[in-house]
Amino acid sequence: MTAPFDLNDDSVVVVIGTGAGGGVVASELARKGISVVALEAGARHLPEDFINDEWESFGQLAWLDPRTTSGDWRVAKDFSGLPAWIVKSVGGTTQHWAGASLRFQEHEWKAATTYGPVQGANLLDWPIDAAEMDPWYTLAEDKLNVTRTGNRPGLPGNNNYLVFEKGAKALGYKEVSTGRMAITSRNDDNARLMCQQTGFCFQGCKWGAKWSAGYHEIPEGEATGNLEVRPQSHVARILHNEAGKVTGVEYYDANGTLQMQKARIVCVAGNSFESPRLLMNSASSMFPDGLANSSGQVGRNYMRHMTGSVYGVFDKPVKMWRGTTMAGIIQDEARHDPSRGFVGGYELETLSLGLPFMAAFLDPGGWGREFTSALDHYENMAGMWIVGEDMPQETNRVTLNHDVKDKYGLPVANVHFDDHPNDIAMRNHAYKQGQAIYEAVGATRTFPTPPYPSTHNLGTNRMSENARDGVVNKWGQTHDIANLFISDGSQFTTGAAENPTLTIVALAIRQADHIAREMSAQNL
Amino acid sequence: MSQKESLRGLTRRDLLKRASAAGASFVVGTGFLAAPDAAWAYEATHLDAETFATLVQMARDIYPHDQVADEYYVIAVKGYDSADAAAGITAGIAALNAAAQGKGFDSYLATGWERDRVDILRGMEDSAFFQQIRGGLVTGLYNQKAVWPIFGYEGESFSQGGYIDRGFNDINWL
Ligand SMILES: Cc1cc2nc3c(=O)[nH]c(=O)nc-3n(C[C@H](O)[C@H](O)[C@H](O)COP(=O)(O)OP(=O)(O)OC[C@H]3O[C@@H](n4cnc5c(N)ncnc54)[C@H](O)[C@@H]3O)c2cc1C
Ligand code: SF4
Repeated sequence: MTAPFDLNDDSVVVVIGTGAGGGVVASELARKGISVVALEAGARHLPEDFINDEWESFGQLAWLDPRTTSGDWRVAKDFSGLPAWIVKSVGGTTQHWAGASLRFQEHEWKAATTYGPVQGANLLDWPIDAAEMDPWYTLAEDKLNVTRTGNRPGLPGNNNYLVFEKGAKALGYKEVSTGRMAITSRNDDNARLMCQQTGFCFQGCKWGAKWSAGYHEIPEGEATGNLEVRPQSHVARILHNEAGKVTGVEYYDANGTLQMQKARIVCVAGNSFESPRLLMNSASSMFPDGLANSSGQVGRNYMRHMTGSVYGVFDKPVKMWRGTTMAGIIQDEARHDPSRGFVGGYELETLSLGLPFMAAFLDPGGWGREFTSALDHYENMAGMWIVGEDMPQETNRVTLNHDVKDKYGLPVANVHFDDHPNDIAMRNHAYKQGQAIYEAVGATRTFPTPPYPSTHNLGTNRMSENARDGVVNKWGQTHDIANLFISDGSQFTTGAAENPTLTIVALAIRQADHIAREMSAQNL
Repeated sequence: MSQKESLRGLTRRDLLKRASAAGASFVVGTGFLAAPDAAWAYEATHLDAETFATLVQMARDIYPHDQVADEYYVIAVKGYDSADAAAGITAGIAALNAAAQGKGFDSYLATGWERDRVDILRGMEDSAFFQQIRGGLVTGLYNQKAVWPIFGYEGESFSQGGYIDRGFNDINWL
């Protein structure tokens, strides 16, 4: 089943990371008959291994290698060593994700043109648009079994949703539903089991109802015989020849031994911190600032979405933890309407945390009765998450921290982030709306909760028409090195208001198609 | 005279009796800490019992839940009763007592009103000691499975087939 490729086989495509981007590009290439070696820093964890327990699951799946932070964002104070909540496992962060799967709105592909100049923002139009992406989105929705697309029914609303929906309607919101979710909503779709409403979507779905690269995409790719996944393989450096083409990668295997795998093409998909870190850690005399960095944009324009949460306490039980974690959305505020005092828009989505995570995230650092009296009513709480477009800023960036090394002695990523005034104005608007929604249903107390460690990490190797403005072209191919591709969320030119994964997957399917065509045309 | 001195020399049984009579929330003996009704007891091995008792009170004052019994706070902090942690904790509690004395109380434990104890804690909120204790409690207290039902949280649900037939949409007051 698993195809073993030789370390010296220089005909293979090497994919680094097996999350939303890497997992899909690897399996799509394998389906087309191309030999692929996927190197994944994490181990393999399947549905039977997942744990219905927040901290235990976090210990099992989360990326806990050191990272550092700086900047004025509150995460740097509350969670200084944990800028992101992302996964180290075969399947990457799609093991943890909630499954909200939305297409960008048409204007969001052209943020610079639509919004005009925004001071301090490094806005740029994507070199692709909604019409170009439409067929790829359809393929992605079919792959992920996205509800409310392709005749798939929506999920039923749980308690948390029913409170949210009632408040939304009271405020006059129209676009309210259980959303488009990569969660199987009936038993006959792709032979996947339908959602059993267990309520641990963030801990890995033990029923396999929620799509994950780890237990859907990767095994399907392996079944072709063309994909070999090497778990617990941490890539340290990408190698190149004198012609400036990449030739392979060095990685530490499960035993900590340094190995070298040759490659015809390398696709980097380590998430928006590790991908630029790897390019920078691969610096050489030919590329002193790191690979693919002639523009100086590697690591820059880091985006994390404008986020925050609102929790409401009611006089009666809600039991929000029962059922799907995020199947509920209000889209009325996603439009671009500068009369609200900011450009771009945001989505409101239901969100539930269990008691252990609620204690950690409701008001990080908070204590005393103001804090505990909120948790006393945990059973009567409802919750929502805010996700909106944030502004790319050149100074929000991932750099190498040479003072802190990981267990292999490699400099770690430092993540610097300052909120843009547009992000702050949008967050305040969203807090007000979110609190009003719960107050309309009789909330006795509401909490505008600050952002958690980032779950959406975007933009540090951005896509641009011109080589001087970004790192990759419209295929995710680096402007500087023809056989080096970026396949993850770090390609994002701008973030849009929508959760990013459907777009990452659609771009990965499209990229695999392009690579296969270019390989058979002998261009790569 | 400290509470500890007043208790020295009594048997554990005497102590428990005496404490129930006084309505104390827990009893400090030589090297141990117990509930007045003897429902639970914890023997401190590396920390002085009064230090440990002060730590437990501090934990409750940081995250006060009146419906959560002392034994859960004891479990939440008993990890500090170790060879590695004892010296740091002893110094931290000594500083806490000094702060209490600075405000005119005999000790932190002898400060009767929660309001006054919280004042003392506010004054040392930024100290590494306070942050160590507070940070540890976030998981030490709230990640105890035995505590979850007190808050209504149901925990693991896979083994019971999820909530698809067990009330995922049973809200009835909307
Ligand atoms: C709790 C949570 C909920 C979420 N919910 C949603 C949602 O509802 N909708 C949505 O659209 N998105 C959601 N997301 C975000 C989504 O999971 C990510 O956007 C997406 O998975 C990112 O894909 P990626 O390919 O960029 O990176 P990842 O999926 O993070 O994959 C990167 C992989 O690369 C590996 N790697 C990194 N460095 C190396 C190296 N040097 N060598 C080898 N391997 C390496 C990592 O171990 C990891 O497996 C959620 C995220 C979280 C944490
Ligand atoms: S609620 Fe549904 S999708 Fe989420 S983990 Fe449970 S079965 Fe899977």
